[in-house]
Amino acid sequence: MLRYAVRRLLSLSLTLLVASLVIFVAIEIVPGDPAAYMLGMNAAPDTVAALRAELGLDVGPVQRYLNWLGGMLSGDFGTSYTYRTPVVDMIGDRLMISLPLALYALTLSTLIAFPAGIIAATRRGSAADVSVMGVTQLGVAIPNFWFAMLLVLVFAINLRWFSAGGFPGWDQGLLAGIKALTLPAIALALPQASILARVMRSSLLDTLDEDFIRTARAKGLSTRQTLWRHALRNALIPVLTIIGLQFSFLLAGAIIIENVFFLPGLGRLVFQSISQRDLIVVESVVMLLVFAVVVVTFLVDLAYAAVDPRLRRTN
Amino acid sequence: MRWLQHRNLWLGAMLAAVFVAAALISFLWTPFDVTKLNIPEKLQTPSMEHWFGTDHFGRDIFSMIMVGARTSIAVALVAVSIGIVAGVPLGLAAAARHDSPLDEIIMRSNDLVFAFPALLIAIMITAIFGPSAINAIIAIGIFNIPVFARLSRAAALGLWTREFILAARVAGKSASRISVEHILPNMLNLLIVQGTIQFSLGILAEAGLSYVGLGAQPPIPSWGRMLAESQTMITFAPHLALFPGFAIVFTVLGLNLFGDGLRDYFDPKISRGRH
Amino acid sequence: MLLACKDLSLSINGAPILRDIDFQLSAGKVLGLIGESGSGKSMTAYSIMRLLPGGSEIGGSIELDGNDLGTFSEAQMCQVRGNDIGMVFQEPMTALNPLLTIGDQVAETVRVHGDASRAQAQQIALDTLRRVELPAEKYSPARYPHELSGGQRQRVVIAMAIALRPRLLIADEPTTALDVTTQAQILTLLRRLVDEDDMGLILISHDLAVVANTADDIAIMRNGRVLDSGPARSIFSQLKHPYTQALYAASAHVPARAGRRVDRAAPLLVVDQVSRDYRLPRQSLFGPRRYFRAVDEVSFTVYRGENVGLVGESGCGKSTLTRAILGLDAIQHGTITVGGEPVLAGMAMPRELRRRMQVVFQDPYGSFNPRHRVARLITEPFHLLDNPPTGSARSRAIDEALESVGLTTADADKFIHEFSGGQRQRVAIARALIIHPELIILDEAVSALDVSVRAQVLDLLAELSGRYQLSYLFISHDLSVVRSVCDRVLVMRRGKLVEQGTTNQIFEQPAHAYTRELIEAVPRLPEAPG
Repeated sequence: MLRYAVRRLLSLSLTLLVASLVIFVAIEIVPGDPAAYMLGMNAAPDTVAALRAELGLDVGPVQRYLNWLGGMLSGDFGTSYTYRTPVVDMIGDRLMISLPLALYALTLSTLIAFPAGIIAATRRGSAADVSVMGVTQLGVAIPNFWFAMLLVLVFAINLRWFSAGGFPGWDQGLLAGIKALTLPAIALALPQASILARVMRSSLLDTLDEDFIRTARAKGLSTRQTLWRHALRNALIPVLTIIGLQFSFLLAGAIIIENVFFLPGLGRLVFQSISQRDLIVVESVVMLLVFAVVVVTFLVDLAYAAVDPRLRRTN
Repeated sequence: MRWLQHRNLWLGAMLAAVFVAAALISFLWTPFDVTKLNIPEKLQTPSMEHWFGTDHFGRDIFSMIMVGARTSIAVALVAVSIGIVAGVPLGLAAAARHDSPLDEIIMRSNDLVFAFPALLIAIMITAIFGPSAINAIIAIGIFNIPVFARLSRAAALGLWTREFILAARVAGKSASRISVEHILPNMLNLLIVQGTIQFSLGILAEAGLSYVGLGAQPPIPSWGRMLAESQTMITFAPHLALFPGFAIVFTVLGLNLFGDGLRDYFDPKISRGRH
Repeated sequence: MLLACKDLSLSINGAPILRDIDFQLSAGKVLGLIGESGSGKSMTAYSIMRLLPGGSEIGGSIELDGNDLGTFSEAQMCQVRGNDIGMVFQEPMTALNPLLTIGDQVAETVRVHGDASRAQAQQIALDTLRRVELPAEKYSPARYPHELSGGQRQRVVIAMAIALRPRLLIADEPTTALDVTTQAQILTLLRRLVDEDDMGLILISHDLAVVANTADDIAIMRNGRVLDSGPARSIFSQLKHPYTQALYAASAHVPARAGRRVDRAAPLLVVDQVSRDYRLPRQSLFGPRRYFRAVDEVSFTVYRGENVGLVGESGCGKSTLTRAILGLDAIQHGTITVGGEPVLAGMAMPRELRRRMQVVFQDPYGSFNPRHRVARLITEPFHLLDNPPTGSARSRAIDEALESVGLTTADADKFIHEFSGGQRQRVAIARALIIHPELIILDEAVSALDVSVRAQVLDLLAELSGRYQLSYLFISHDLSVVRSVCDRVLVMRRGKLVEQGTTNQIFEQPAHAYTRELIEAVPRLPEAPG
C-alpha cells in the first residue's frame, strides 16, 4: 500500500513539475516581455524598466523559472501588479469561497447521485428507473450557469428565499455563508449528479451481472444482501474515477458560476486579472488549480487502493 | 426494421438536425438581420413577428439563435476533430508499442493535459492573446486529445490480444498496417459514440467560455454570450435568458440521445444508458 | 430419496428450454449430468436452485427430502440455498468477490444462515478451508482471491458451498477451466466430501470421461431432454441409446492416419537451447530488474511430415514457446530454424520464411476480423507472397482452400458470424493452408469444440497432413487428443522440456515422474462393450 502510494506520489509530482514548466513558458515566455505586455503599448520606457526590475525579469529565463518555483514552494507567489499586494494573500481570501463551494457541490452531487443510481439499477425498467434516466438525461444537457440563472430567477427574484448574489463573508456566521453558497452549489451539483447517477447505475448493472453475484446468491443471500455486501463496493471502483474527474470540472464550473452570483472567488479574480493584464495573478491561479486537480487525482488513487486489494500489492 | 426500434436514435437525430439545419439556413436567410440595431423595437416579448422576442438593441432573438448555432456547432465540431485527428493516432501508437518508452511518454503527457481543464487552457490563451472563438476551439480541442488517446489505446490494447491480430502478425503485417487494417475499423463504433458525446460536451464548454467572455467576441452571435448579456435584464426580460438556454439544452440533449441510440444500435448488449 | 425431479420443464420468455426432465438422487450418491453445449444441463441446475433469469417459468416438481421446492417462497429458498443445497461453478477465476478475503467469503455462508457469532463463523470457515485442503498454515484465510491459483480458488468456492454441510451439492462443470492434474484432485475432493457428509452430488460436465469415474448414476441430456439415464456401469456397458453411442464414439475417436511419410532425414523445425525471459515489474524504484524465465533451454526437432504434440499445463510456457516459433516475440538464448533458416522476431523475419509456417488458434470466435468476408479472411497470408494471385487465380485458390477443408465455394462471401464453431475452425485451417505451408502450428485448435465436432476436425487434420505431407506442432493440454493424432510427444513443465519420445513410449512407458502424474490424471472412458 505504502509503495503504491509513494509510486503514485512520485509520478504525480513529476506531472506537477512539468505542468509548472508549461504554465511558465505559456505565460512568461510566449508573450515576449511580460512587463511591456502588462503595461500595454503606450507605456513609457522607464516604467517598463521599473516593472522589469520589480518582476525580476533582468535575469535569464531558467533562473526566473527556478526563482518562481522556489518562491511558490516557500509560499511567495509574487506581487500583483495591479493591486500591489502579495498574490498569495489575494488567492487565500478568494480560496475561502471557491474551495467550500466546490466541496459543497461535490457533497450534494454525491448525496443525490448514489441513491438515484442505486434505485435505478436495482429496479431496472421500473417507473423509478425511467424517471431517474429521464431527469438525468436532461440534467446532463443543462449548462450549469444557465441553470444557475434560472435558480436566481425563481428562488431569489420571485420567491425571495435567497439573495440573488454576493457573499456576506464568513465573519457573518457559518450559516449565512452556507446560505449564500447554497444556490451556486445546487447549480453546480445537479448536472454533475446526473452524470454520476448514470455512472453509478451502469456500473452497478455491470457488477450485478458478474459471476460472484451468482455465487453469493447460491450461498443463500437475498438480492438485497447481495447488493449491499457484494455489488456496491465493486461498483464503486469506476464511480471513484468519475468523482475524481468531476472535481476538476467542479473547480472550472465554480469559476463560471461565481460570475452568475457575483461571488468574490478565484473565478472573479482571474477574469479581472485577465482584463487588467495582471499575468502574475493569472499564472498563480492556474498553477493553484492544476495543483488542486493533481492532489484530487492522488486522493482518488489512494481511495482505489483502499477499495481494491489487487492494487495494494504489486506482485 | 432495426432502425425503427431505436427511439432515442431517431429523437436525438431529429433534435440535433433541427439545429444543424438552423445553422446552415442562417448562412442564406434569417428572419431579421442580426447585425442591424433597431432600438425602437427593443426588449419585445415573443410575438407573431418576433417569435422569440427582441433583445435590448431590438435584434430578433430567433435570428440570433440561428446564427449562434453556427458558432456552437463549428467550435464543437472542430474541437472534436482536433481530438480525433491527434488523439486516435497517439492511442493507436501507444497500444502498438505497449509498455515501451513511447507508450509511457504518451500516457504521461495525457495525464499532464488532464490536469488542465479546458477552462484553464482557455484562461491561459486569453491572458496572452486576448479572447476569440479560436481560443475556445483550441482549448476544447486540446482537452479532447487525451480523451480520444486514452479511449483508443484501451480499445486497441484489447484488440491486440485477440487471435485475429496474431493471425495478421503471422501473415507478416507490420504494426502500423495492422492498426489501420484491423484495429481502427473494429473500434470505429466506439469512436463514433465518443465523438458524439464529446461534440455535445464541446457545445456546453463553448457556451460556458463565451458566457465568461473567453469565447466568440461581438459581433459574432453566440448562445453563451447572449445568456451573459441577458443576465442583467433577467428581472424584467426573462425571455432573453430562456431561449438561448433552451437552444443549448435541446442541442445537447439531441446529441446525447443520438449517441445513446448509436451505442444501442451498434451493441444491443450494452444498452444501459450512458454515463 | 434426497432429490426427485418429476416432469421438470422450463421456458424462458415463452421459449422452451427444458422438457420432461426426470431423475432421482439419493444421499451419498453422485449423479453425472452429461451433455454438449446447449443441452440444458446448467439450466437444470439453476432450476433446482431457482436462480433463473427473469421471464422463466418452471413446470413439474422438484422435491428435496420430500418437500416440493416449487411451493417455497423466495425467502424460504434463500434459507435452502447454502444451507440445504450448495453450488459450485465453472469459472473459479470470476466466481469469488475480488474485494473480500477468502476467509470472510466462506464465513459469510455461515453468517447468513442462523445466528453464529463472527468468531464462530470464522472458526467454521477455517475448519471448512482445511477440509478442502487449504489449511490456514499454508493458505491464510486473510488472502484475497487474486493471490490464489485457479485450482485453489475452486477449493474456496467448494468450501463456501459445503460450509454448512448441505444435503445436496451441485457442481456445474467444476473442472472444465482447470488443468488435468488439478481436475483429478478436485474430483477426488468432491467424491471424498460426498462420502464423509453422506451428501448427494450432481456433477455436470460435457466430458464423458470426467463423469464416468466419479458418478454412480448418469443422465445424458440433449436439447433440453434427458435421452438416456441409469447406473453408470450399465450406461457404458450397454450403450443402448444411439446418442450415447455417438457421444461415446466421438469421445474415444482416433482419426485414421494413412498415406503420410515422415522424412527423418529432413528436419523442418529445429528448436535449439531456446530460452525466453519476461521482465517483471520493479520491486523498488532503484532495485535491479528481475526476470521470469518462461521457456528454459528447450530443444526439439520436428521432421517433414511429422505430427508432434506439445503437452503441458497452463503456465508451463507452451504459449510463449509458440509465439517465439512464430517469430512474434524475440528469444533471449538459443536458435529456432525452419528449413535451416533462422526465425527472427517481428519485421526482421523474411517473408520467404514466414510463408513456410502458419498457425490455427484455439478460439473459433476471436480468430477472425468480424468485419471481413471469408474470402478476405483466408487470403490474408497472401501478404507473404511476392506475386499474390489476382482475379481468377485468386478465386481458384480460395475455392481450393475452402473445398479442401470441407466447406463450399459459396462460403467465400459470408461473414464469420454466419458459421458454427466447428466451421470456423475449418475456415482457420483454410487460412493456414492457402499458401501451402510446410508446418502448421495448432495452438489448442480443437479445445473449444464439442466432442462430436472435435472428432470431425481431427479427422480433417489427419487427412490434410497425409495429403500435403504437412508437419504439425500440436499444442494442447488435452492428452487424449494428442495421443490420438501425434507421432511424437513433448512434455513441458515450468518452462522446461521434461521428456520427449514417440507417442507409444510416452503413454506406455513414461520415464519422468511428471509425465506419469499427467497421464494418470487423465480421466479414462470405461471400456466399450466388445
